[in-house]
Amino acid sequence: MTPAVAEPGAMAPIALREFHPFEAAGERYVYMVPSAGVFKLDDPSAAVIDALSTGPRMPDDIVGELSGRFPEERLRETLQELAGIKAVGTADAPREEVVNDLPPEGFPLTTMVLNVTNKCNLACTYCYEYGEDKIVDTTFGDQPKFMLDETARDSVEFLLKESGDLPVAHLTFFGGETLLNFPVLQDTVAYARRRGAEVGKRIEFSLTTNATLLRPDIIEWLAENEIGVTVSIDGPKEMQDRMRVFHSGRGSYETVQPKIKELLRKHRTRPIGARVTLTRENLDIRRIYEHLREDMGFWEIGFAPVTTDSARDYALEDEGLDDMLGQFEELAFEWLEAAVENEHHGFSNVKDTLEEIHKGVSKAYPCGAGLGLLGVSTAGEVSLCHRFAGSDDHGFGTVTDGIDREQQREFLEDHHIKNKTDCHTCWARPICSGGCYHESQVRNGSTTGPNLHFCTWVRSWTHTCLEIYGELAERNPEFLARFDA
Amino acid sequence: MKHLKPINQKAGRIEAQIQRELAADELDVVGLESRPPDGPHIPLGCSLVFFPGWEADSQGGTAGLCQPVERDLFDCHLACFWPAHVPDQLNHSVDWTGKCASAQKDWRKLDLVFP
Ligand code: SF4
Ligand code: SF4
Repeated sequence: MTPAVAEPGAMAPIALREFHPFEAAGERYVYMVPSAGVFKLDDPSAAVIDALSTGPRMPDDIVGELSGRFPEERLRETLQELAGIKAVGTADAPREEVVNDLPPEGFPLTTMVLNVTNKCNLACTYCYEYGEDKIVDTTFGDQPKFMLDETARDSVEFLLKESGDLPVAHLTFFGGETLLNFPVLQDTVAYARRRGAEVGKRIEFSLTTNATLLRPDIIEWLAENEIGVTVSIDGPKEMQDRMRVFHSGRGSYETVQPKIKELLRKHRTRPIGARVTLTRENLDIRRIYEHLREDMGFWEIGFAPVTTDSARDYALEDEGLDDMLGQFEELAFEWLEAAVENEHHGFSNVKDTLEEIHKGVSKAYPCGAGLGLLGVSTAGEVSLCHRFAGSDDHGFGTVTDGIDREQQREFLEDHHIKNKTDCHTCWARPICSGGCYHESQVRNGSTTGPNLHFCTWVRSWTHTCLEIYGELAERNPEFLARFDA
Repeated sequence: MKHLKPINQKAGRIEAQIQRELAADELDVVGLESRPPDGPHIPLGCSLVFFPGWEADSQGGTAGLCQPVERDLFDCHLACFWPAHVPDQLNHSVDWTGKCASAQKDWRKLDLVFP
């Protein structure tokens, strides 16, 4: 029950509690932390918040201060409502503890990422699998180069079993370059379809490819089997050819360009997205976006900064991140204008964050890795996620033995936001929750710590997305229903 | 709420929860069958609870009780282990109900226990 903070004569001073304020379309909003609720303020509630922002006060004093502008009764009502959503509370109340609410035992697997090969026909400079920052020895380690049919089938059984009662499970192929192991892809999809039908579960497929090996028959197979495709590509020729090169050093743009066009023309059963890796030298986001969306025709384009040790000369450091943020904002507001007109815009980063804001997710973990998402190495070892596939330190059992639930439990205990004390005072934690484990491993040598090198960036980006969310709620609220599911 | 407008889904749920809490503050009688968050759910068989229809039936007599009194005997010591009211069948009086196959028929066979 909300304590009656606003009764006349209440003796305890009140103060603001945890939230992040923002403005959009001329209105004022609060993003509540940690509940992640978004509320629009009216004039009296905004006035109360402003008055309290200079420090704690007695409720009667606040009411007195503002009584020239609003009737007393409305002010008391306002205080009570703000207390209800926990935007204000008694000044000496302790901070709300971050509770260690571990997910239930036997949490079902929703997505399995299968590393069908760890070989690649490209040699991208920044690659986390082969580059300088790899965490698994892909060259001399004991992982087989290609996954066998048998391992892939065992993995399908593993997914069917570990996804429990879920009606749909997702199988994502990853590499290396996935199409180097096309025969196993074909066999696995056929097998998974048959077994899914037998046990009454739908399986959705997707894969990531560098597009160099696309052929008409492969494209046809992708379309026929409704396989979602993400193409890793960095942009127009001079950008793509800077880092995404063959082993000989030759750029890959001329090879992939016609193949991607063919893919986009023929594969119409699932939207096809591009994924761009941003580096210090590859940061003209607007140009990349326009090339991929307009010249190439991708449905969606997602950008991610390269994961690398900060010492590399292509690493994105402060200045680069600021630049990236500015360009993200520009594209995000363009996305907004399209959404107001109910039109599609292909900048997918903004959409993902808006969906989380709309639902009001408040995460104990940054992503599904180790929980609803697991990676599988070419040898059939289960790992935290695809980026850790084959790493001895981040294993969760094998596809034949099932998820090592004890190890999983330990991981979830160690990585809960409760332990990331640096994040406990950060308003962005409901969405960020410390950030990617792999990023943290590469930067800090351990998965447990938060990615503090990204905080400024994360908070600015989340703030921008909140503004866009507020604008959309004001200018085209029906659009938000698309995120309802 | 009049001054704050819930915008996202979570805000809607927070508002609903506040409404429920306000409503719960005003209610003084809550159905036993209703569960949180609408009301308390109190396990059957706890003698702290007043069961309407348990002490007296609708006519004021005991012929039509909605719960046989003997039922309570079992609920108290099975559903909520309560050795103060009934013999402690876990440790000391393991055979207490040995002769009582059907509580409604055989309840007279349940005897006092003398430690
Ligand atoms: S990593 Fe930084 S931005 Fe993310 S929740 Fe922690 S403190 Fe906030
Ligand atoms: S740990 Fe990083 S790479 Fe792995 S699933 Fe999470 S966000 Fe993605």
